[in-house]
Amino acid sequence: MNVRLYVWQRLTAALMAPLVVVHIAVIFYATHQGMTAADILARTRGSMMWASYYGIFVAAAAVHASIGVRNVLTEWSPLDDRRAGQFAIGLGLALAVLGLRAVAAVVLS
Amino acid sequence: MVHRLSGLALAIFLPLHFLALGLAIDGEARLESFLRWSDRPLVKLAESGLIFLLTVHLLGGLRILVIENLDWRDGQKQLATLAAAVSAIVAFIFLARVF
Amino acid sequence: MLAELSVSLWRGASEGRYETYTVPQRASQTVLDVVTFVQRHLDPTLTYRFSCRVGVCGSCAMTVNGRPRWTCRTHVSKVARGGRIEIGPLQNLPVIKDLVTDMALFFEKWQQAKGVFAPSRTRHDAIAQIRPDSPARIAADAAIECINCGVCHAACDTVRWNPAYFGPAPLNRAWTLVNDERDGGNAARLQAIAGSGGCHACHSHQSCQELCPQALNPTAAIAGLKRRTAAAYLKGEITA
Repeated sequence: MNVRLYVWQRLTAALMAPLVVVHIAVIFYATHQGMTAADILARTRGSMMWASYYGIFVAAAAVHASIGVRNVLTEWSPLDDRRAGQFAIGLGLALAVLGLRAVAAVVLS
Repeated sequence: MVHRLSGLALAIFLPLHFLALGLAIDGEARLESFLRWSDRPLVKLAESGLIFLLTVHLLGGLRILVIENLDWRDGQKQLATLAAAVSAIVAFIFLARVF
Repeated sequence: MLAELSVSLWRGASEGRYETYTVPQRASQTVLDVVTFVQRHLDPTLTYRFSCRVGVCGSCAMTVNGRPRWTCRTHVSKVARGGRIEIGPLQNLPVIKDLVTDMALFFEKWQQAKGVFAPSRTRHDAIAQIRPDSPARIAADAAIECINCGVCHAACDTVRWNPAYFGPAPLNRAWTLVNDERDGGNAARLQAIAGSGGCHACHSHQSCQELCPQALNPTAAIAGLKRRTAAAYLKGEITA
């Protein structure tokens, strides 16, 4: 961990704090209402708001999770810094791709 | 430690979450059948667990942001216990509401 | 009839075992008293470190029932469980013999973290006027009483998991120097602690703060360093 990774880690964390609270509220609301896939998609399809919200969330989560996993690997696994970094970048890309695909799935018709 | 383990668990869960949502690409029916599958009690229990992990990770993260940026010198134990307790309550409320 | 303590002491080096001795319990007995009794009356081959015996030098730090403590300031009555104590050398350092560790690595990390004063004036310059109530001096004074005992180093999870990590004590000292107006070495110092092994490896578990016998708070000092290095990085004064 160095200053650059630290700054990205803490900034994405601070950014996601309110996003997570909203997400949990959304989960509670959707499950309480017993929403079906149709109900959910009716709200998300074509919505710039949901696209932006979850797009930002996915990007931040991809960065945050990959730096966090990198730390865990350097401290708890025999991988060296370089390999841990490579694995982390791979994870970050995978999360970004899958996440943005999921956002597209619910936003685009 | 709880913070680290919850983060790891969430990092493992997240791709699965994205894949599930990605089912909508194949149309609403696919996503709907997944949601119906996830109506089962065991899955709901697992979901409460995930809510717990997310909340505890969030609160642990807030604790770190506070310790590192504000002048708060309290011991970690009180804050950590508080974080875990609040997370448990939130997760329990989720569980109670879906049953 | 005197009560007796059952004391397990680490014998050996990195390979070894705990050996158990029976020591008479006395009023106001400290763990250092117990170790001394064993060496003087039961087993003269026991090796241990101490100096002042009164809690000002930090030489007698050992692991007592799993936690690093100054043995001269630890009363047996406070830590003995069911009449038993287990005493080992400080963790996270190589063991030379029995209860004695090699502190060289600890002090090397002080150098790496640039926990060393870099003068900016000579004897021909005027003496620096430092106000004791300036915020920087207050911050430095809060952290200045470190006597290099190694308890925080032994307690730190990150030291245990990350061999490159400088550790709480060197970083705590670096923080006092970052706040010292007279010091001229901050550019290099901030660069040194902004790399891997530096302050950012700290996870704020606060074991150091919990166990420091001088009641210092290295977590807070390290948090200060995190803020300073982050600001310096964002301003382009140091590189990642």
